Amino acid sequence: MTAAPRPRLRFADAARPALADTALRRDLRDGAAAVRARRAAAVAETPDWAELRAAGRALKDRTLLNLDACLERLERAVTAAGGTVHWAVGAAEAARTVARLAGGAAVAMPAAPVLEEIGAADALAAAGSTVHRTGADAEFPAVRTAVTGVDVMVAETGAMVLLEWAGDARRCLAVPDALITVAGIEQVVPDRADLEVLLRSLPRSAGERLTPAVSVWTGVAPGDGPAAFHLVLVDNGRTRALADEIGRAALRCVGCAACLDVCPVYERTGPGPYGAPPGGPIGAVRVPLQRGVGSAATASLPFASTLCGACADVCPVEIDIPEVLVHLRGEVVDARRGRPVPTPELAVMRAAAWTMGDPQRYEAALRGGVRWARLLSRGGRIRRLPGRFGAWTDARDLPAPPARSFRVWWRDRAGAR
Amino acid sequence: MTSRDRVLRRIRDALGPARGTPVPVPRDYRRHLGAEYARADVIALFTERIAAHGTPVRHVGAGGLPTALAAALWAREAARIAVPAGLPAGWLAELEGVAVVPDGPGVDPAAPDGPDAVVTGCAAAVAETGTIVLDGGRGQGRRALTLCPRLHVCVVHADQIAGTVAEAAARLPPGRPQTWLTGPAVARGPARERSPHGAAALEVLVVEDWL
Repeated sequence: MTAAPRPRLRFADAARPALADTALRRDLRDGAAAVRARRAAAVAETPDWAELRAAGRALKDRTLLNLDACLERLERAVTAAGGTVHWAVGAAEAARTVARLAGGAAVAMPAAPVLEEIGAADALAAAGSTVHRTGADAEFPAVRTAVTGVDVMVAETGAMVLLEWAGDARRCLAVPDALITVAGIEQVVPDRADLEVLLRSLPRSAGERLTPAVSVWTGVAPGDGPAAFHLVLVDNGRTRALADEIGRAALRCVGCAACLDVCPVYERTGPGPYGAPPGGPIGAVRVPLQRGVGSAATASLPFASTLCGACADVCPVEIDIPEVLVHLRGEVVDARRGRPVPTPELAVMRAAAWTMGDPQRYEAALRGGVRWARLLSRGGRIRRLPGRFGAWTDARDLPAPPARSFRVWWRDRAGAR
Repeated sequence: MTSRDRVLRRIRDALGPARGTPVPVPRDYRRHLGAEYARADVIALFTERIAAHGTPVRHVGAGGLPTALAAALWAREAARIAVPAGLPAGWLAELEGVAVVPDGPGVDPAAPDGPDAVVTGCAAAVAETGTIVLDGGRGQGRRALTLCPRLHVCVVHADQIAGTVAEAAARLPPGRPQTWLTGPAVARGPARERSPHGAAALEVLVVEDWL
């Protein structure tokens, strides 16, 4: 169903090259620190930041719990304004739809996460379209068709809202023939009034008072810009996330990327190991929510976090990302419970449960464990555990257990009375 | 079954009994600047915020606008300018030796051989963020007009300056294509290099009737 690039490697393995690249780590660290400082300044001068976050959270929850009605309303408004709405269940279907609408014409395409997600560039190229990725080049291609993403769609009016830094998307909106815009189904909001919230909270969360260019368009405007407007609405697993009562909150995301720059894991690995844009904490919940935890790669993402909670603190729509991460970790463990050969962690946990389930077994194990642990220790520290447990002591020492356990001490103390 | 039906059915299945639950949106955020902002303070804030982006901004009286426009174009050696339909003719009264091209489908302001400058009005401006908003209304032209990379002189009437984003959004009629410009286009990220796609040179003239 999905033709988009899938993460193949587990996060820990995919992160190794990035972690070994000191220049990359320095750039990431400096970049993240600069964006954090700008964000902090933009938020500090917003006295109603808490109210904006609460409103953003509520309006997105309102959207998600009424998503079907919201999308039907959006479709009516876009159609009434001269646009055409297309729907796609999977990524491949969305990409094929984009390619079909382009009809082999050369297209300009500014970067957008959803276009990466569906693999739009490959599908367009396969269908004979030359794809000009706009961005840092001053030369803008002489094209008559453009493919873009979008940030927010307003169901009430059918308006598309695109926030950008570089201004190349703005040029794409002025092409003469056709504009093809791709959006995730969760990117809609119900009312015009919702824009006054997101047009403040989203840019400030990304470190600006307002993004340098904001474009708003509704269907086609006679005499101004493209003669045809197509909106491609993509599911691609979003309904799978919607069905998860805890994970659903992750669909509130408005794409400000604030959680990336505060994440201690992302700051060291960059976006690569997450396997799909945007990566970072929101990517670590969105990818497994949308694709499931069946593959080792997606199942590794909920563990790519220290659960420090910085992402939840900065999120402008109050997504409790650590809560979703913990929930997904549980889902990963549950999904592997029924396997004929248990995972090493599960085998250890089962053994521990059996041992701790009986006081006599527990005390016997404790006595044996203490004896072995004290044999391994030097100067009160265990520097290296044997076998597979050695990985745990790669980066830290373990204190040796005391010669007399608490239980023994308690019994002796009780007996002395 | 069409993809539309399948997506909508998946949504309904996913939500189950939660579907259609009303969620009240608390709208107690700040929609206006504080009461301490008098009209003159709002205009001053706009000037300060737009200047903070490095955008030149000048205040002129209504009578002084044609001279100020001519001076801005002369300073940048603009010999050929494009203007939208409906630009008040009086604005360009003081131009000398400047060819004025009316905007239209044949004009490509972004092209290397396009006009040296464009002159437009605006639909609204935002003080809080230092933003100008164009919506294709009278004296603003097509969106393509604002893509001139060399010089864009934008005339803002003092009464068009709203305090906040919410106030400006409420003033704009829905349905029209809007462009909100806040500072120069930059590459996203920490370095913030100037992007080649923005209007590299926006200049703002604020018209205040009492000047």
